[in-house]
Amino acid sequence: MGELKLLKGNEAFAEAAIRAGVDAYFGYPITPQSEVLEYFMAEKPHERSGMVVLQAESEVAAINMVYGAASTGKRAMTSSSSPGISLKMEGVSYMAGAELPGVILNVVRGGPGLGTIQPSQADYFQATKGGGHGDYRLIVLAPSSVQEMYDFVKIAFELTFKYRNPVMMLSDGVIGQMMEKVQLSDPIPRRTDAEVIKECPWATTGKPKTRERNIITSLYLQALKQEKHNIHLQEKYRMIEESEVRFEKFQCEDAEYLYVAYGSSARIAQNAVQKARAKGIKAGLLRLITLFPFPKKEIASLANNVKGMIAVEMSAGQLVEDVRLAVNGKVPVEHFGRMGGVIHSPEEVLNALEKRFIGG
Amino acid sequence: MDEMLYKEIVSKENLVYEKTSLMTEKVLSYCPGCGHGTAHRIIMEVLDEMDLQEATIGIAPVGCSVLAYEFLNIDMQQAAHGRAPALATGIKRTWPDKIVFTYQGDGDLAAIGTAETIHACNRGENIAIFFINNGIYGMTGGQMAPTTLPGMKSSTSPYGRDIKMMGHPLKITELVAQLPGTHFVTRQAVHTPANVRKTKKAVKMAIENQLNKKPGLSFVEIVSNCNSGWKMTPIQSNQWMVENMFPYYPLGDIKVNGDFVNQ
Repeated sequence: MGELKLLKGNEAFAEAAIRAGVDAYFGYPITPQSEVLEYFMAEKPHERSGMVVLQAESEVAAINMVYGAASTGKRAMTSSSSPGISLKMEGVSYMAGAELPGVILNVVRGGPGLGTIQPSQADYFQATKGGGHGDYRLIVLAPSSVQEMYDFVKIAFELTFKYRNPVMMLSDGVIGQMMEKVQLSDPIPRRTDAEVIKECPWATTGKPKTRERNIITSLYLQALKQEKHNIHLQEKYRMIEESEVRFEKFQCEDAEYLYVAYGSSARIAQNAVQKARAKGIKAGLLRLITLFPFPKKEIASLANNVKGMIAVEMSAGQLVEDVRLAVNGKVPVEHFGRMGGVIHSPEEVLNALEKRFIGG
Repeated sequence: MDEMLYKEIVSKENLVYEKTSLMTEKVLSYCPGCGHGTAHRIIMEVLDEMDLQEATIGIAPVGCSVLAYEFLNIDMQQAAHGRAPALATGIKRTWPDKIVFTYQGDGDLAAIGTAETIHACNRGENIAIFFINNGIYGMTGGQMAPTTLPGMKSSTSPYGRDIKMMGHPLKITELVAQLPGTHFVTRQAVHTPANVRKTKKAVKMAIENQLNKKPGLSFVEIVSNCNSGWKMTPIQSNQWMVENMFPYYPLGDIKVNGDFVNQ
């Protein structure tokens, strides 16, 4: 194993990419994720692993550079924060349509509009329901620690190539900016061009005489062909829902009340569970790791054992809608969350549970 | 015709022209009289003659040539509107030994994709941009383009382009020539055999600049007609192009080997 290092979440993401054998990163500065590009540039990944890092002229250009590199089978990634992610959504929709691998990190800040540079989780809908135009899904991973900002890069690339579907890491300003100890892994060398060509027979790597030309496109002008393509995409998303759900349970065994949360809100909710238990309230936490696929079955099953659930998220209530769909009316599902860059305290999260379910 | 006589005439040694195998068998979707087909063929002939099929990755834009990959027998990517130079950057940076080109129209390159065009040029990406300028949005039905001439009619300038209201036609080729990142900038046409030969020479230079890893981007504008969009016959449109487009968009090399050409 590699060494232990104190890193910011954004830096851990960049370090993980160099060590995971990623081929290219294209980015554009925006608070609170600019450390990704800054860390890369300081680390000279071209010397360390041969990885390409380029500051693009815009978020739009950056995601399209990812599209270009991904179309050749290379491991390519970008990162931004909320307003920049909105700009990238055109390219993300094209990547989903053309079935391209690629990893996009969103270090979410408060919105709408220019909003604030403080942390938020208000981009849940954008991440989990597609975000751009057309019927598509991203695989969405939600890190809740600096270690996971590091570990999820490798997982994201495994998933994105396995399904040829873009993966979003939905982080937030808390996780991106805070520093924690990170257990680094040993570097994996980048694949050679020959290995890329072998691993990605679909990629546009130059047409030899021995195969037909490869074309990367999301365009099927005839409606029936486009529908067939859509059916194929939907089948892929169902497969992902069957196989890739990830979550973590904290004190759920005997829980009467359940917090459902992801990212930094899950850390706060975990603290609230401890505070509740100290007061004799049997609270538990379901921490979501994948937001798409969503753990529908697990939540439906937990609804048989608890008296109520609260979705805790730094938003006006987005995750809560998916929880309610999964619970399907079996128990009450409430929402608690601050907005606009305000981070809720464990006390507030505990108060919300007591007020809505216990009274007083 | 007598079959024996036919075979005698159509023999290998009598052939003066053969379609390059880098053009597919698919029938072109372009309007009869349009310059796109000729431009496609020239680029593919150059790649064929230089034996670069396996080395080349092309990028199709949004516009009339959105389906270029149906006709060009090489690996190709289809880009979002205006983003082709960003795709090309992503490819070339990760495959520096490949030949990478974009094929873009005026709306794609000089309106929605202006930022991508200028910054790819300014970074000196070692790619080729083939820019077809016909002064109109052909695919969507003949709307005004950034390169539509003053007074020129289109479906969104039905009384002619009023430059006070709609701005001036953009000479983006002269603009990118000013950037130190461009190595070769030229403007050509494909309406006569002589012009086809000159364009082919320009395309070849653009490809050679990549092969020889010359510093910077090669930018080849091809002024072309759009007889359908201009509501003319093919012959009328070529005459109109010579009389109206060429004075505003003069043909010839602007920058060769990184140096301005005295005109």
